[in-house]
Amino acid sequence: MKAQMITESQPSTLISEFPPRHSFLYKFQRWEWMLVALILLDILINVRLSPFFLDARNLSRTSSDFMEIGLMMLPMVFIIITGNIDLSIASNLGMSASFMGLLHNNGVNIWVAALAALLLGTLGGMLNGYLVARVKLPSLVVTLGTYAFYRGLAYGFLGDQAARGYPEAFTYLGQGRMFDTLIPFSVALFIVLAIVFGLVLHRTTFGRYLYAIGNNENATLYSGVPVERIKFIIYTLSGFMAALAGLILAARFGSTRPDIGTGLELAVITAVVLGGVDINGGRGTMLGAVLSLFLIGLMRFGMGLLNIQGQVQGVVIGLLLILSILLPNIAQQASFLKRFQRNGQLVFAVLGVLLMFVAFLLFFFWSRAPILAGG
Amino acid sequence: MSENILELKGIRKSFAGVEVLHDVSFELRPGEVHALLGENGAGKSTLVKIITGVHQPDAGEIWLNGEPVHFNDARESRQAGIAAIYQELSLFPDLDVAENIFVGRQPLTTGRRVDWRKLYAEAGKLLESLGVKLDLKQKARALSIAQQQMVEIARAFSINARILIMDEPTSSLTLHEVDDLFRLVRRLRQEGTAVIFISHRLEELYALADRVTILRDGTYVGTRPMQEVTRDELIRMMVGRTIHNLFPKQDVQPGEVVLKVEHLSRAGSFHDVSFELRRGEILGMAGLVGAGRTNVARAIFGVEPATGGRIEVEGREVRITSPLQAIRLGLAYVPEDRQLHGLIPTMPLTPNISLPMLPAYAQRGWLRDTLERKSTFNAARQMEVRANNIWQLARELSGGNQQKVVLAKWLSTNPRILILDEPTRGIDVGTKAAVHGLMSKLAAEGLSILMISSELPEILGMSDRVLVMREGYVTAEFSRAKATQENIISAATQDIKAGTPQ
Repeated sequence: MKAQMITESQPSTLISEFPPRHSFLYKFQRWEWMLVALILLDILINVRLSPFFLDARNLSRTSSDFMEIGLMMLPMVFIIITGNIDLSIASNLGMSASFMGLLHNNGVNIWVAALAALLLGTLGGMLNGYLVARVKLPSLVVTLGTYAFYRGLAYGFLGDQAARGYPEAFTYLGQGRMFDTLIPFSVALFIVLAIVFGLVLHRTTFGRYLYAIGNNENATLYSGVPVERIKFIIYTLSGFMAALAGLILAARFGSTRPDIGTGLELAVITAVVLGGVDINGGRGTMLGAVLSLFLIGLMRFGMGLLNIQGQVQGVVIGLLLILSILLPNIAQQASFLKRFQRNGQLVFAVLGVLLMFVAFLLFFFWSRAPILAGG
Repeated sequence: MSENILELKGIRKSFAGVEVLHDVSFELRPGEVHALLGENGAGKSTLVKIITGVHQPDAGEIWLNGEPVHFNDARESRQAGIAAIYQELSLFPDLDVAENIFVGRQPLTTGRRVDWRKLYAEAGKLLESLGVKLDLKQKARALSIAQQQMVEIARAFSINARILIMDEPTSSLTLHEVDDLFRLVRRLRQEGTAVIFISHRLEELYALADRVTILRDGTYVGTRPMQEVTRDELIRMMVGRTIHNLFPKQDVQPGEVVLKVEHLSRAGSFHDVSFELRRGEILGMAGLVGAGRTNVARAIFGVEPATGGRIEVEGREVRITSPLQAIRLGLAYVPEDRQLHGLIPTMPLTPNISLPMLPAYAQRGWLRDTLERKSTFNAARQMEVRANNIWQLARELSGGNQQKVVLAKWLSTNPRILILDEPTRGIDVGTKAAVHGLMSKLAAEGLSILMISSELPEILGMSDRVLVMREGYVTAEFSRAKATQENIISAATQDIKAGTPQ
């Protein structure tokens, strides 16, 4: 196919500075539309299955459940686009939240403690950044190390205790609603930050550098881009956002234990990759990641309403993730799909929706079978 | 005819439509050391790969012991008794000497387990018979390059190789190690092994080889007994192509010194490099691959900063530790490897061209799309890049067009000093002429160009002055009038330890 493109047309020279015109359907051949289709499908199924799904109060509560993941996801998109990874975020979250809890237990003002926690989380991110960008160690290994290290510090701060009794002004961060609406404060914060991060990624030189690094780090360095500094910045940012997520999670729980947020890093990476960001770097959009976060959130919420256990929910999301990576590969290899190459993505979308539909129904009847039989 | 152990007749080979070997013949007798000589790109490596079965010839025959043979891969040639030792050694770093010699062929006990006692005994006997002293239990990782070569030779010997091919075995050895290697090769010759020996060092060939075959631009030039051919004759046979007047170099009067490099060194890659580059001048940098020229360029551009020496740009002493700094000083570097260092193949042309100048297309960090699009479009258009549009991915372009994109990218930074590393490698003749024309035009406009090239016609045709490097040292400098193929080759291949620059 590549060779074809070269021979297909070799004009004498460039003719127009404007992009080529594409058919109307071309615009829909994007992974983001697939995610939109899946979200709509998920809503449709859930509305059919449970009368509680479209309840504003329920949706409001469940959406705030995902905001810590969302906040950490934003810098993770940056990091994965450069071809790196940060496994330490949830541990950093735990470390920062536990540090705040420790200070709070010792009578420090909660806002001072929160500021200190943000600082500690940022320092944690800087340590990752230093080791990855400056010392040039592989990010997977570095953050696997700090993953254990930061969680260990969290236990060091709080031991087997918990920090409790945060003032109401602080718990507003996690539990409060904006003004008199049903929109949680954390959701509003996430939406604002998502827009900011999205603009930075897609509209600034910094964002362009991230893509360039992810596509070819060497050539980017040769072009005079301060690659080291950029990597350091995104890891620092990741640490800061992890600490911020830690504050919001602690505020939502109203207490802090050292195991707070354990395992969230995988949920974050899942959301990023399902959102169409290439795990090898260089490709993906902020919109895709945000949409996939909503998809995962809605699916988990819907399945929760149907009394599907957490583990089974995990199976479904895991399957979806694998399918999302598998489908384009299958389509590329399956010869019968070659004819549709031009509208390739659309084919994936249709196929994906169908497969999801089948998988979802199977899971539903399987998990509900005892109840249906008994009732 | 049957006295030849190996005979190649009329070998032809093309890659991607370009014929790299035209009707090459080669004969090898048992018990001789036969040197294979030619410039970079003359087809030596391809010929070796055809003998070892890595490549298959498009036409021609291979006769081994008087019978025609056809090798589908390297394993088949090995079974037929042909062993090759390449520049990159292929030992298993975590196996010891004896294990490496017998890897894949370990003697087994009746219980199908490795017979370690026999393995070490036989390895010891083998090394002793070759007169090589090595600790059998030493891991290959801990051996010097020379010792690793010995192990490879022992391995070749242990499979009864009757033909041994050595591709530049001495390029990274010390003089003393070279002596040891030669002693071993002579011993193999006495045993009746035929050796094909590739080296750029003519002195070595005189010391070791019985006959020499010369290739030039993929054609067979001739075979001579080593002792009956003079050094000058060899060089003439190697480079004796007619030089077309392809190079539209205009005469310019170079201006003031814009780049001055003094005693620049970087441990392990180049030493005490000094030169001056003047305004409007094209300074050619000749030498063999691996002579340290690219390392010098990278040091000047701040990719791998030098560890010693001074750099002056336009009269001011500078310390360049990153490409960003170099670009700010008005330098630009078109690297040797387009795919790896020059371009981002998986991104469209626009971001590729705008990358070094991105801040100029932005306001407080916010990209100004229209400005970027117009500027990169104009840059690509000026370079006559052939592409459908500027949103096409860089990897979809041909090599020549990719090089034009790299040039467009760097010229848009308005450099005052341009470093070109192999600017026309792997690109078609038409684009090559265009690149040369552009260089000449830019130099006339006052741009200073440092051009690294392994192609002598390019060096001779384009340079106002020529610098020759060899093994990390500058060995000679010639004015345009004094630069000839013979004296550049001579300076690029002379033995530093023995001779002094002419």
